[in-house]
Amino acid sequence: MAAVESAWSGGGSPYAANSKKFGMWLFIISDALTFSALLMAYTYLRLSTPNWPMPFHFSPSIIFSSIMTFCLLSSSLTMVMAVHAMHHGNRKSTVGWLLATIAGGVAFVVLHATEWMNLINHEHMTPFSNQWDVPLFGATFFGITGLHMTHVAIGVIYLAIITFAVGRGKFKYEDVEVAGLYWHFVDLVWMFVFPLVYLMSAKI
Amino acid sequence: MSAHATTHVEEAEHGTIKSFSVVWIILLVLTAIEVFLAYKQIQPVLMLVALVGLSVIKAAMIIAYFMHLKFERFSLFLTLFPMLIFCILMMLVFMPDSMRSLLMRAQ
Repeated sequence: MAAVESAWSGGGSPYAANSKKFGMWLFIISDALTFSALLMAYTYLRLSTPNWPMPFHFSPSIIFSSIMTFCLLSSSLTMVMAVHAMHHGNRKSTVGWLLATIAGGVAFVVLHATEWMNLINHEHMTPFSNQWDVPLFGATFFGITGLHMTHVAIGVIYLAIITFAVGRGKFKYEDVEVAGLYWHFVDLVWMFVFPLVYLMSAKI
Repeated sequence: MSAHATTHVEEAEHGTIKSFSVVWIILLVLTAIEVFLAYKQIQPVLMLVALVGLSVIKAAMIIAYFMHLKFERFSLFLTLFPMLIFCILMMLVFMPDSMRSLLMRAQ
C-alpha cells in the first residue's frame, strides 16, 4: 500500500511539474554548466595573468553595462508579471507584459552591440589580438559575452513567438511559464558576466 | 496531503506583485553595490570573492522568486542542486591553481 502511494511508484508526477517545465529546467542546468565552464576559464586567466588589461572606462563601458543590467533585471520583472497575468487568464495583459520584456531584451542587444563596436573601433580589440598584448582577454571577453548575447537574441525570438500565439488565443499558462524560466536564466547568467567580465576589468 | 490540497497551497504561495517588485529593487541595490565596489582599491582575489558572493545572492533570489523554485516541490530542487556542488568543487580546484601559476610567473 505504501509503495502505491509513493510519488515515485509511477502514474503520478514526482515533481508536480509538467514535462515542458521539467525539460526546460534540465536544459537550464546543462546550459548553466556551459557558462560556468567558460566563466571559470575566464576567472583562472584573470587571476593568473599579472598584466591583465583593465580597459573599461566608466563612460561609456561601465555606464552602458550597468544600464544593460538594469534592462535585463527590469525585463525579468515584466516577465514575472506576464506569467502572473497569464495565471489569472488575462491574455491581453500578458501580451502587454511580454512586449515590455521583448523591449528590454532588444534594448540589451542594441546597447551590447554598440559597446562591442566601441571596443572594436576605438580600442582595436578583436578575439585574437589587442593593444595590451593579452590576446586571451579578447578571446574570453567576446566568447562569453557573445554566447550570452546569442542567448538573449534567441530569447527575444522565443518570446516573440509566445507573444504572437498568446495574442491569438493559443498556448497555455505553462508555455508562458516555461518561456519565463528561460528568460530568467539569461538574466541570471548576466548577473555573473557583468561583475566578472566588466567590473573586474574596470579602469580605476 | 492529497494532490489537490498541494495544488491549492502552491497557488496561494505563487507570489504577489508586491513581492516581485521588492525582489527587483533588492537586485538593483545589490548591482549598485557591485558597481561601487569595482571602484575601490581592493586586491583582485578579495574583489572576486566579494563580487561573486553578491552575484550568488542575486542568482539565488532570481531562482527562488522569479524562477519560482521556492514554491516548487522539494524533489525538483534536490534534482537540480547537485550541479551547483560540482561547480563549487571545480572552483575549489581551479582557484588555488590560478594563484599558483600567478606566483610561478612572478618568479
